[in-house]
Amino acid sequence: MTNNDTIVALATPSGIGAIGVIRLSGPDALTICNTVFKGRDLSVQASHTIHFGTIRDGEVILDEVLVSLFIAPHSYTKENVVEISTHGSAYIIESIIKLFIRTGARAAKPGEFTLRAFLNGGMDLSQAEAVADLIASNSASSHLVAMQQMRGGFSSELKGLREQLIHFASMIELELDFGEEDVEFANRDQLRSLTLAIHAVLYRLISSFEQGNVMKNGVPVVIAGKPNVGKSTLLNALLNEERAIVSEFAGTTRDTIEDEMSINGVVFRFIDTAGIRETADVIEAQGVLRTREKMKQARLILYLFDSEQGIEEIEEQLAELALLGIPIVGIVNKSDLLAPAVMEVLKGLELIFISARDKVGIEELKVEVLRKVNLHRINNDDVIVSNIRHVEALKKTEEALDRVLYGLDNPVTSDFLAMDIKQALYYLGEITGAVTTDDLLENIFSKFCIGK
Amino acid sequence: MFKKYDIIVVGAGHAGCEAAASAANLGSSVLLITMNMATIAQMSCNPAMGGVAKGQIVREIDAMGGYSGIVSDKSTIQFRMLNKSKGPAMWSPRTQNDRMRFAEEWRLMLEQTPNVDFWQDTVNELLVKGDRVAGVKTSLGISIEADAVVLTNGTFLNGLIHIGEKRFGGGRTAEKSATGLTEQLNELGFTSGRMKTGTPPRVDGRSLDYSLMEEQWGDDNPGKFSFTDVEVPQQQKCCWITYTNLDVHETLKEGFEKSPMFTGRIKGLGPRYCPSIEDKINRFADRDRHQIFVEPEGLHTVEIYVNGFSTSLPEDIQYKALTKIPGFEKVKMFRPGYAIEYDFFPPTQLGLTLETKLIKNLFFAGQINGTTGYEEAASQGFIAGINAHQKINDLHELIMKRSESYIGVLIDDLVTKGTEEPYRMFTSRAEHRLLLRQDNADIRLTPIGHQLGLVNDKRLEKVNRKIENSDTIIKYLKSTSIEPSLINNLLEELGTSALTQNFKLFQLVTRPQVSLNDLRKVSAGLNDLLMQFDIETVEQAEIKAKYESYFEKELEIVGKMKKMEDQEINPNFDYSGMVSLSKEAREKLKKIKPRTLGQASRISGVSPSDISVIMVHLK
Repeated sequence: MTNNDTIVALATPSGIGAIGVIRLSGPDALTICNTVFKGRDLSVQASHTIHFGTIRDGEVILDEVLVSLFIAPHSYTKENVVEISTHGSAYIIESIIKLFIRTGARAAKPGEFTLRAFLNGGMDLSQAEAVADLIASNSASSHLVAMQQMRGGFSSELKGLREQLIHFASMIELELDFGEEDVEFANRDQLRSLTLAIHAVLYRLISSFEQGNVMKNGVPVVIAGKPNVGKSTLLNALLNEERAIVSEFAGTTRDTIEDEMSINGVVFRFIDTAGIRETADVIEAQGVLRTREKMKQARLILYLFDSEQGIEEIEEQLAELALLGIPIVGIVNKSDLLAPAVMEVLKGLELIFISARDKVGIEELKVEVLRKVNLHRINNDDVIVSNIRHVEALKKTEEALDRVLYGLDNPVTSDFLAMDIKQALYYLGEITGAVTTDDLLENIFSKFCIGK
Repeated sequence: MFKKYDIIVVGAGHAGCEAAASAANLGSSVLLITMNMATIAQMSCNPAMGGVAKGQIVREIDAMGGYSGIVSDKSTIQFRMLNKSKGPAMWSPRTQNDRMRFAEEWRLMLEQTPNVDFWQDTVNELLVKGDRVAGVKTSLGISIEADAVVLTNGTFLNGLIHIGEKRFGGGRTAEKSATGLTEQLNELGFTSGRMKTGTPPRVDGRSLDYSLMEEQWGDDNPGKFSFTDVEVPQQQKCCWITYTNLDVHETLKEGFEKSPMFTGRIKGLGPRYCPSIEDKINRFADRDRHQIFVEPEGLHTVEIYVNGFSTSLPEDIQYKALTKIPGFEKVKMFRPGYAIEYDFFPPTQLGLTLETKLIKNLFFAGQINGTTGYEEAASQGFIAGINAHQKINDLHELIMKRSESYIGVLIDDLVTKGTEEPYRMFTSRAEHRLLLRQDNADIRLTPIGHQLGLVNDKRLEKVNRKIENSDTIIKYLKSTSIEPSLINNLLEELGTSALTQNFKLFQLVTRPQVSLNDLRKVSAGLNDLLMQFDIETVEQAEIKAKYESYFEKELEIVGKMKKMEDQEINPNFDYSGMVSLSKEAREKLKKIKPRTLGQASRISGVSPSDISVIMVHLK
């Protein structure tokens, strides 16, 4: 693997935006840019300066641009880096990148900028892994998780516990190798306490994964209810745009539609579903099946009733839904059509009253959604595991420690105890970075999108 | 007067003898040069073989066709399987040996090995042509040519013996040291260092009162090292245990001002885990006694080895202190204890075949590499002999894996990490200890010995039968259930929970409290089956069944690390351009030239993040 060539890629998301940033990195970044840039002579400019000019393909001016210079090693990749801010037209961006490639650059592979940063000593692997998460973060809370990992996160906590465990491992080894001589034995009660303490930490970390996952991927919320009760209209009201197909006919939404929105910094993934009813229509029957599946995966169900459903039916439905064990917000849509007497009775059932079409009660609903999901706000100090590789290692550690505890309570000889402790150490080491495996690399560099 | 040999082995200790034997058995013509034909395979220190981790090594050598196991078995005067109360990976065979018979057996076996010639002389120069060794030159001025040379000089290179303030050159007491080689190797570019070891006094058994000591007998059913049908002497001798006391310690302290250790006359570093008695008293001042093992030197001789009392204090202090030990009141000394300093060559100068990186076809084995122990030395000699033969015949090199043998752990540790103090094997050095057991050394390694041509078909066939038959037993255990009524009494007796329904025998064996021998008492079918097989096969089946889940987990880790171990690195790989490596890592990697990513990861100073950098570069 050589880093002698210069790579180029779009550093901002593809698609239409006000500006796009094209990044060049490598020994020839300046020369390549200078060849097609009309403005000041870039080769004599200082690092960390910005220059206005035009990019020309022969006589054709492709765009007016701003060029930022980062001279090695004072750049993200530790190489010469040039970032060209263009207008955000896909045509302009594509033309300029093609021009750079003709001039001597090579299209960057996914993750290659970060790979170079790593290879050139700009960051270590765990930081690289966090960068991947950071780039992908789309909300305040997932950003927090990634930042926390980049700063060292929970691995520093585990490092301390791992060292204590290493101490016991070496005491037991001493016992084993010098059993013939009178040596001090490892204190089994202390070992048990330590094992239990680590166990508690592992448990906390593993259960934080679910929460961490939610931070990263959004809280899945299912909107369900009878056909034509206004589910799609509610979704649109929440998202404030026409997304789902809305019609007057029952059963228009045959598939599930997902969309994301942020409420108070938490991402929610709303899933609109086909209405639940007994149906003879085959396509729709599949939609209903999918709905039931989706409901099981949700962290919250928004269940819609309408003003035409009777009180008994609503109570019955709520009781049935409660069996799923998932928090539910019962919503009565078209509440403007309710008779005041009925309204009085329904109010005893902890329901939210809205009119999706007129966008009445939507803010109240959002507050209730936040309350029901009960995601306590994440603080800077909270430890959240968000990485599947970490969770797997934590679970393996937990298993090994379970065996240590079993061994302490049963006539299991100390060599097997030692082995279980060593396995725990191995898997803890995968997290803290004391153990390197191939999987780690695969995991990290496959995550990057091009240009990041 | 000498023809050109394929291989010359310098030194006839444990390493030299194994090297000569393995090379000759592979078909090389070998000249074994020793300073004294009368001291071939001398046990310079304790008259014992094996012990924790070391016993496993002897079994490994034997499994591959080396001689140490057979020689030890033939000269056994007491056999014990240590650590029987622990798991099978800790079981370690150890023998007490007749020192004179041990040396005699070795000499007889070598004499009966075709292709081995002997010559009594001292080598003090290597013949070197370019970057290749070409033979040796002796103190008699004779030049002898060879395609490869194995140096196994033990403690003889500039050996210096200390007893109190007296010191004199020597390789063992009453034997000369060897000079010239270190100096020449230094000139050739090798780095050398200095190490120290010691040995206790030998005493007259007739002067001891054994009634004041604890008896320590061997096993009731003694085992052996060798997987061959070698005959083991029936007669077992007793050893004894006694203890030092504060009186002994005070007496020893009288000699501290004349101690070569404490006065700084000894420069070399000694083994921490085999300390002299003065060192023990000094470092563990709060201990009011230390264990002494009283071991006979042979079946017939009255000479006694005072294990645990290694010392280089003045001989009169040694004597006076000995008389304060219970049972030693009227002791007569035969030989005083002494310390010896000698040259060694940091083993990072070797490759994994034990060939030096500087001079081609030159191999080092044993204490010259900074190790201590007969078993460690023997195994290196064995491997060096094989690789010398393979090298000069353009055959594949033999590199033992850490996951397959203690020998692999030993050599990898030496050439990858080097050593500051005399290196001794421990079970804890083997990360896959659980798989490297004495009971399966044949299963692990006999196929390798057979492939090389050191083990005959019959032995391999025997190993294959052992595997097959133990699997048959396991299959039976897995497919046969037992009724609660037949076994609950027994289970209660053994202190484990009773059954409420039929249970597979296999599940019962996995209980720590239950053995196959227990089960055969209540299952006639099992008993009939086990009757067909020998003890080793039954034991193998029991170990496999009992610890199957542990072995599987260990194999999982081996599998995870395999990728790293199999990822080869070209020895000429250029680390200099890799800016993100730490400076220390870069220097070490250039020097050690690891063969695999796994080996690179074990170099001290090379961090996991350095490894990930190399990993990415290798992709």
